[in-house]
Amino acid sequence: MTRQTAVPDAAAAPAPGPASAGDERLARTRLLNQLVVRPELGSVLGAVLVFVLFSVVTDRFLTPSGVATWLDDSATLGIMAVAVSLLMIGGEFDLSAGVMTASTSLVTAIFATQLGWNTWAALAASLVFALLVGFLNGWLVMRTGLPSFIITLASFLMLQGLNLGVTRLMTGTVQVSGMRSAAGYASSGFVFASTMDIGGTTIQVSILWWLLVTAVASWVLMRTPFGNWIFAVGGSSASARAVGVPVTRTKILLFMTTATAAWLVGSINILRFTTAQANQGIGLELQFIVAAVVGGCLLTGGFGSAVGAAVGALIFGMARQGIVFARWESDWFQLFLGAMLLAAVLVNNAFRRRAERVRR
Amino acid sequence: MTAGLIEVRDVGKTFGSVIALREVSTVVNAGQVTCVLGDNGAGKSTLIKILAGAHQHDTGEFLVDGAPVRFNSPRDALERGIATVYQDLAVVPLMSVWRNFFLGSEPKVGWGPFTMVDRRKAKELTRASLAELGIDLRDVEQPVGTLSGGERQCVAIARAVHFGARVLILDEPTAALGVKQAGVVLRYVAQARDRGLGVVLITHNPHHAYPVGDRFLLLKRGRSLGCFDKADITLAELTRQMAGGAELEALEHELRAVGAVDGG
Repeated sequence: MTRQTAVPDAAAAPAPGPASAGDERLARTRLLNQLVVRPELGSVLGAVLVFVLFSVVTDRFLTPSGVATWLDDSATLGIMAVAVSLLMIGGEFDLSAGVMTASTSLVTAIFATQLGWNTWAALAASLVFALLVGFLNGWLVMRTGLPSFIITLASFLMLQGLNLGVTRLMTGTVQVSGMRSAAGYASSGFVFASTMDIGGTTIQVSILWWLLVTAVASWVLMRTPFGNWIFAVGGSSASARAVGVPVTRTKILLFMTTATAAWLVGSINILRFTTAQANQGIGLELQFIVAAVVGGCLLTGGFGSAVGAAVGALIFGMARQGIVFARWESDWFQLFLGAMLLAAVLVNNAFRRRAERVRR
Repeated sequence: MTAGLIEVRDVGKTFGSVIALREVSTVVNAGQVTCVLGDNGAGKSTLIKILAGAHQHDTGEFLVDGAPVRFNSPRDALERGIATVYQDLAVVPLMSVWRNFFLGSEPKVGWGPFTMVDRRKAKELTRASLAELGIDLRDVEQPVGTLSGGERQCVAIARAVHFGARVLILDEPTAALGVKQAGVVLRYVAQARDRGLGVVLITHNPHHAYPVGDRFLLLKRGRSLGCFDKADITLAELTRQMAGGAELEALEHELRAVGAVDGG
């Protein structure tokens, strides 16, 4: 942080020591500042650690089929984690995101199997439903000024009830099945749930969706004006409004983005498994948030990374499948998860304090 | 004398039955600093909110370039080149300097859905605008929160200047700063003035106002105690007026009496 001598040292230490002491202090500041602008750094280090660990302790982890397995496990989680990270950078939560993946599956399945719609039309109806829920979440949060935590907790509970209630009304059971016989299943299944054969290994198309979503989200966040506004509304919505950023519109669009991602994951699930359970998706919302936080998102908003959230999801998938490969008790996964989250939050918190520190 | 950039004549404002401001007159010229001084509740905020377009005056006249105006919103004022830098600065601490600088007015490249922020241009313009005011930042990528309070004030000032402000209203820019930092900010105030901007500096510290000010408007309980050119008032007189003059002398007597009783 070199300043011209014309400007007095703005951050003069209380005790003006020798010049060399000041230089040391500035050098440290510079390194920390560089870390601050790279929120995904911690998650990348964590991913390398987990990768090395399971590569060493298990034989299957590094085999092509092993890699395909943990990438597949990370993919749908990653799509959601990336969308949730944008929302969290924008300063909001969406607790209904997990159950929305089930709701969108059910809407598609009910339209396609119970009402006999073409699968594509059912998917479109499901997308409209998702956009509507996302809009309502965002509109209610902005309109009432209440924490999104509470508003989306309410929509989470309502959707959970609707999922079970409507499914039981329509089918008499708590699941909808029979997607395979619906019109348009083959073409839509190709888009959302096909597999590719690469060198004898079966790769799920969901992995490509995950990469695409991560790339688009990261581009929007880092390169577009809208991305600038996402950081601003999460960092300080009053300041953002003062310089003319449409805060309400930005936040509502973020809620709609999360809902759209849930629709994508719901579509992948229903077309892959052809059956939707009415009680699916509950508890996933916390996994999305954990992955986003491990990826460097602050719970308070204004800081984070889409790539980091994708890497957070990757850690999740690698650990979950790695523990299976290693034949450990799956109980250890929760312990690992908790430790990972704690470490991430501690690191993030230190970064934020560094970045937000008010110097006089 | 030519007409000032902005001028208020006997301007007043009431909120219900509360008279917040009464018959206040002053002028802001290009390349000069008009200081507004007063204690808490003197009407400083009301006056600058009228100038900034956040409030409308009830009585008197408000002239911009010699023509009477009535702003409906801060945006109206901004369009006439009147920019206000509030104490809380409207910066987002976690965002980088250049992202803050262009927030809400990002330079764009590309077309349609592929419109992007022109990052290179944004960074260069940020660096150049700050350099013009004599602020040399090593890295416009660093979060604004890592800057000192004075530097953040300067970023906000440079932003206002870059986006075409002719009049710069600074609300207590030195209030939360240490002595050195306040000095840095005052230097940039002087620089903005030398670039031909009209500056309105709100403060309750005569020691900050006197070195840079050309004109001093003293407010007390919503009334003007007078608007003095620098030639007509000394720092000592300014301080005395600010502190409440006679009231302070009375207080001094009182304290001396208390001291005498304690001592005896």
